[in-house]
Amino acid sequence: MERKLDGNAAGGILHAVFPFDMTVTRATCAGCGAIGAVGALAAYIHGMGTVVRCPRCDTAMIRLAYVKGRYWLDMRGARVLQIEGEQ
Amino acid sequence: MEGTAVQRRLIWRFGEVVAARAETARAKSLTLTVPEWPGHRAGQHVDVRLTADDGYQAERSYSIASPPEDSPKVTITVERLDDGEVSPYLVDEVRIGDRLELRGPIGGYFVWEAQMGGPLLLVGGGSGIVPLMAMIRHRKAAGSAVPTRLLYSSRSSAEVIYRDELENAARLDGGLKLIYTFTRVQPPGWTGYGRRIDVGLLGEVAWLAGDHPRAYICGPTPFVETAAAALVSLGYPDAYVKTERFGPTGGG
Amino acid sequence: MSSISRGFRGRREESGVAGRLPPGQYLERGFPVLSAGPTPHTPLDRWDFSIMGSVTQPKRWTWEEFRALPHEPVKADIHCVTKWSKLDTHWDGVSLDTLLAQVESEADYVIAFCDGGYTTNLPRDEVTGGKAWIADAYEGEPIAPEHGGPARLLVPHLYFWKSAKWVRGLRMSDEDEPGFWESLGYHNLGDPWKEQRYSGD
Repeated sequence: MERKLDGNAAGGILHAVFPFDMTVTRATCAGCGAIGAVGALAAYIHGMGTVVRCPRCDTAMIRLAYVKGRYWLDMRGARVLQIEGEQ
Repeated sequence: MEGTAVQRRLIWRFGEVVAARAETARAKSLTLTVPEWPGHRAGQHVDVRLTADDGYQAERSYSIASPPEDSPKVTITVERLDDGEVSPYLVDEVRIGDRLELRGPIGGYFVWEAQMGGPLLLVGGGSGIVPLMAMIRHRKAAGSAVPTRLLYSSRSSAEVIYRDELENAARLDGGLKLIYTFTRVQPPGWTGYGRRIDVGLLGEVAWLAGDHPRAYICGPTPFVETAAAALVSLGYPDAYVKTERFGPTGGG
Repeated sequence: MSSISRGFRGRREESGVAGRLPPGQYLERGFPVLSAGPTPHTPLDRWDFSIMGSVTQPKRWTWEEFRALPHEPVKADIHCVTKWSKLDTHWDGVSLDTLLAQVESEADYVIAFCDGGYTTNLPRDEVTGGKAWIADAYEGEPIAPEHGGPARLLVPHLYFWKSAKWVRGLRMSDEDEPGFWESLGYHNLGDPWKEQRYSGD
């Protein structure tokens, strides 16, 4: 069985890239328009990288790899992010 | 504690193991002090990274078992998987005084704070009890009276993590109800549930959707998916059913 | 301050296979599954394999037609960029030489595409001359879905991310197009003997 986790499992690496908690950030899927918190998306995490997908249509919304000190981030599958403002 | 969101990029840092406690034959709690720990919220986790002397690294995520009120001490509870790569090391090898590299706290999505209210439905399978235990400990430390039901699925009574603490808490606090289901071996004379969770079992245990409960489900992926689908079919809105899948077997 | 975790070794074991492991690899006896998405389950009566793109005429095979093509056994060592290697694996499949002989194309590049959207790119001369197959059996059995069944690309002389699971076809291209991992920091070619793991290696 593939190892499908919740988006909050990707929270650690995402919080190493972004200076805020991405798991509570709401994202719009570029494939089907579904909107949900990143923490509720489907995460596939293994030694090559992290892929976070829309639970409705499987579009890869976040693709992330850590290579030689740089984070390679592809978010073409996420059209809009709603990022919580500072308190 | 208010638990303000961490507004900077997370980095790896070292915690020192100050206490270790065997919870069951396979599960152990490790308490670490972490310098400059910003505090956490119940339900959050840490990523732990181990490095061998040839540079080989392995990373795993572990839920924080301790409530925010215990900061800057952070306790994780690890269950040893037979073919695990990291869990046997953490359970069998790590000693007081060792340092562990960790990153956290992580994940504001799967959190419960007393001020969020309830009623609260916690559904845990196996080691999925860990983040739910942080919520229960936080509820007690915060003096919260939010009505809470914990449905805890375990293979047997011997594998129940935090058993004494949970049973004492439920006995002393009328607002906390503990419901076990033992899926493999039931104690002698057991009249409670003895099967894997299903929509019928959840229907008998869960708060009615009309009570506007908040639900948190944690455990192996098939367990979580069964419970989440059941609660949604019982009328729980998606936004009030939070899940934390631990993967096909529940960890590593 | 040392970051070494006292006493941690991980799963790796000492091996007596010096010379067969490329640099930085360790011997793995299991067969780890690395998936970047849900496992596809295309029914065989809907499965097909195509070669299209920069070709005179695209070509398509149904499952029955594919199974009827000449197959050959392949014994190979496989090397994952996450550092595990598995020696002496046995596959059965159709050589890409056989498949590409059925199309006319001057294209220099091959882009493999798969159920679930995964892609990987290869220079044409890395998949011809007996170096690549579309495999449909592993250790004498149909390939399990989690390992890429019913058919996967097999290019064992390169890191195993090039051996695309759930392959459905090849697009012949005059231009190189970095695939799923090649566009995310991984090496465009991926020769394990030159330790070409990442972009710029």
